[in-house]
Parts: sequence; C-alpha cells; structure tokens
Amino acid sequence: MSIQVKNLTHIYSPGLPYESVALDDVSFNIEDGQFVGVIGHTGSGKSTMIQHLNGLLKPTEGSIIVDGIDLTGEGVSMIDIRKRVGLVFQYPEYQLFEETVAKDIAFGPKNLGLDEEEINRRVREAMDLVRLDYDKFAEKSPFDLSGGQKRRVAIAGVIAMKPEVLILDEPTAGLDPKAHRDVLEMIVDIHRREKNVTVFVSHNMNDVARLCDKVLVMNGGKCVLQGTPKEVFAEADMLRSMGLDLPDVTQMLYELKQKGVEMPDGVFDIDEAEKLILDYIRGGKSVD
Amino acid sequence: MSGETEKLIRIEGLIFSYHHEDGTVADTVIDNVSFDIEKGSFTAIIGKNGSGKSTLAKNINALLLPAGGAVYVKGYDTKDPEHIWDVRQTAGMVFQNPDNQIVSSIVEDDVAFGPENLGVDPAIIRQRVDNALEAVNMGKFRNKAPHMLSGGQKQRIAIAGVVAMKPECIIFDEPTAMLDPKGRREVMEIIKELHEEGITVILITHFMEEAAMADRVIIMDSGQVKLDGTPQEVFSHGKELKEMSLGVPMAVELAMRLRDDGIDVPADVIDTEKMVEFICQYR
Repeated sequence: MSIQVKNLTHIYSPGLPYESVALDDVSFNIEDGQFVGVIGHTGSGKSTMIQHLNGLLKPTEGSIIVDGIDLTGEGVSMIDIRKRVGLVFQYPEYQLFEETVAKDIAFGPKNLGLDEEEINRRVREAMDLVRLDYDKFAEKSPFDLSGGQKRRVAIAGVIAMKPEVLILDEPTAGLDPKAHRDVLEMIVDIHRREKNVTVFVSHNMNDVARLCDKVLVMNGGKCVLQGTPKEVFAEADMLRSMGLDLPDVTQMLYELKQKGVEMPDGVFDIDEAEKLILDYIRGGKSVD
Repeated sequence: MSGETEKLIRIEGLIFSYHHEDGTVADTVIDNVSFDIEKGSFTAIIGKNGSGKSTLAKNINALLLPAGGAVYVKGYDTKDPEHIWDVRQTAGMVFQNPDNQIVSSIVEDDVAFGPENLGVDPAIIRQRVDNALEAVNMGKFRNKAPHMLSGGQKQRIAIAGVVAMKPECIIFDEPTAMLDPKGRREVMEIIKELHEEGITVILITHFMEEAAMADRVIIMDSGQVKLDGTPQEVFSHGKELKEMSLGVPMAVELAMRLRDDGIDVPADVIDTEKMVEFICQYR
C-alpha cells in the first residue's frame, strides 16, 4: 500500500467572500510500511490534507493515488477506500455513542456487512491491540471510562475495520504524560503488528522525531519541507520562522550553536546529545 | 503584615471522597493533605490523572467541600455558606476547555459577566473589562465573537473573565492542555505577567516545563503530597518522579546523566537556558 499525492490544491468556499486556499499545490509520496509524521501549526492545512487521503474531502485540483487507485477518478467506490484508510479524528472519544464498549467498536465492522462471528473476532482483536482487557471492559459503558481508556476505545473502533492506512490526528492531545506514553506505545505496536501505513499528525516534536520514518512540514497550505526527522529538524531556522518548536534536544543544541559551541544539526536523541556534550566538556577548556 | 494575612490559603488535613449514587464511598481522592499558599506566590501542582490535583483545586474555591479537615481562603472557612462568595471572589478559577467557559457571543460581554453578577457599578465594570482585556493582550478583540478566535485566544478571554472579578488568587486547572504550542506559550506568558502584577497563582498542570516557571512545585500522587519545594528541589528527585510516571524536563534528565558520567552539574540546572549556560562555561 502506497500513497501518492500530486499537486493537491483545496479551496474552501470558492467564489464566496470567505474563499480560502487551504492547500496549495501539495505533493508527496508515502511508501508501504512507513510511519509518517505531519507537523505544522494550527491552520497550516494538516487536517484538510489528511481528510483528502480517505476521500472525505475532494481536491479542487490535483490527484491522490492510494494503492494505484486515483481517488479523483470516475466511479471510484469511496466505501472501499474508507475501508482501507482509517481516520482517527482529534478527541475521538467525543464520537463514542454506544451502550457498551464492544458495541461501539463493532459499529464500523457491522457497517462493512461482516457476519456476527467475524465482527466478534475483530472486536476482540482490536481491544487486544489497544490493550483493553476484553473480559473487563467489553460490557462496560464507554462513558464510565477514564479519558485515556475512552480514547483507546475510539481508536479500537477504527482498528476493527482493519485499515491498511491508519491516520491519527493528534492522538495524544489533552492526555496526561502516562496516558500519552501508553497511547503512543500502543500506536507503534499496532503499526508493527498490522504492518500498516501510519500517518501521525502531532504538535509534539519529540514524538515526531523519535517515531517517524518521514516527516511532512505544512505551512500556509503548502508542504514546505519533507524528509527524515534528521533532515527536517536540521532546518532549525526555517522551522522557527514558521513558529514551530524543535525537539527539546535539538533546541538545546541549536541554542548552544548560537553561542558559538559547535554542534551538529538535526540531532534529537538524548543519548546522542549526552555523548556530544560529554566530548565537548572533556575536550574543552576547564572553567578554572 | 501578620502571619495570618500572608497565608492566603490554608489547607488543614483535607480529606475528600467521591460517592456512588447510593451514598457509599467510591474513592478517597484527597487523603489528609495540609499546606499553605502564601500571598503573591506562584505554586505549580503536578500529578498524573487521578492523583487528586483537580479535586484539590476545586476544594480551594468551594466548588467542592471537604469531607474531613478544612480549607481556609483569606481566613474564611470554605464550608461556611455565608462566605462562599467571599471565597470564590478571592480565588477565581480557569478550567481546561475554553469552550466550556465562554457564555456570551461578544468578547467584552463575556468578560463583563462575572463582575455583573457581583453587582458592580456599570461604569466600574467598563473599566474592569478594559483593564482585564488589556492584561491578556486581547483589547483589540473586544467586539469579536469568541467562536471566531483560536483556542489560545479563547482561553485568554476566559482568564480575562476571571481577572475582571479582581481575585487575589487564580487557580488554573490545566489551562494549556487543549491548546497548540502557540496557544500554550501565549497563555503561560499571561500567567507569568499576572503573577508579576501580584496575583497569587496556583497552576495545575501535566507539563514539567510549565512547573519549572513556578517558585514552588507540589507533587501529588494517590491523593497525597509526595514532594513540595522549589522546582530545583523537586526536580532533583528525578527517580521518584519517574516512578510516579511523571517524567522530568529534558534538561533535568540530561543533567542527571551528566552527573552519572562524573560531571559536576549544579543543582539549579533545571531548564534548557541554564543547561546552555552551564555548557558554555567550557567554551
């Protein structure tokens, strides 16, 4: 499964006074099995962009090719596409509605027209993937769960459709540090086990740097930068000019460099930074 | 100034539990907590979800009342119904979700809502609203509709609504949790400024980087105070913080590692700025 986005432009309310260009000639490729990060500040076009990947929005211009199928082509079944490309919105727990956790997760597979046995199997499997014990949680009301647990149920609802591409829009927003770590670990685990393509929209540069194979940087509706985390975060000046943060470690090394301490660009890993700084301190002049 | 007036808030042996509908106790959320908040101080309260930090905050302005022990705000017992408005006017509260705190369709009407309910004279309300909007840098948005604003801007309007009530203390309950990095920076900047102007600040947060800006950090876990001190003192307990699933700022983690490597990193290196300064000594 691969995705090619070519010259994608999206204009909201064309011809009206509120007309705004949300996406402006965006092109990128996602290869099979990749974990792709999308960064950019609010209003940069991230959400508009990901909604094109499963056909929720239609491009004004350009094409989106998912596994060889051009979504803008004639007679393309959007139902088939949405089966294969699952989208988890921000604060997905607001969309929980069923009486029990199991029923909520079963909603998607049921709409796929699967039989009872297959639906049950998928609910169990999805709950296992999001690390919710079936016996303990299946019959509970989703509204009695903690924030982190609710979010897992919502993600399980999408996983149960077995999408080949899983898109998550800020999946850890508003979670406490422990729930944040748990949900991320879970997403990485699902990526490994399902061998899906994962598209991860996030404001947290530490997470993006650590987890992603490839990073897309959105600004003003354009994809202004793409590459490995190392390549992208080496462009510190550019990212800062767009009002974006750097990973904590990269930020520190950037500030050191500003003060004349020679450090390489694009380093975000604390082990690597520890070694660089140790070498520097031991190699440098002593204070006294 | 007497010792009594300096301690704006006194929490003495506070116990709080939530109850099931049938009246049985569900969980003891606050388990015998005592501490004072001094007037003009900036205290951060940290803990993971379920640690009792938000429940504690709600006990400070009488949204919840103690099951055991007592909370005094400016000397008023929060359990005394006669003084509940004195308590709430002294200690205002800002919550996580800005959308749940905005009541009006025009920014300045929203900010005026609190003082109007206090029965403040309209001419004075005008002045307070103007000042409050200036304080959060939102003066030029006074006639806008709140739903057209960004998350960070909406949260600043919610803060202005509390500022217009002229509280001595503002309790911020995870005010940046739902904001993007820009909104988060804007709101933290305002909180710092309000503190510099003399408002007593209590900041409930998950973010260690935000706590590093306070002059006192209290760590809550399982309904109890586990650590209480300056950010420097508290962050020096890196291992315990990790055990409570809290983590430490990157600079603190790096300082701990460098110390393990035999480098003598001073205890006050708790943020990136100080770490950079420290390393630059070897230039």
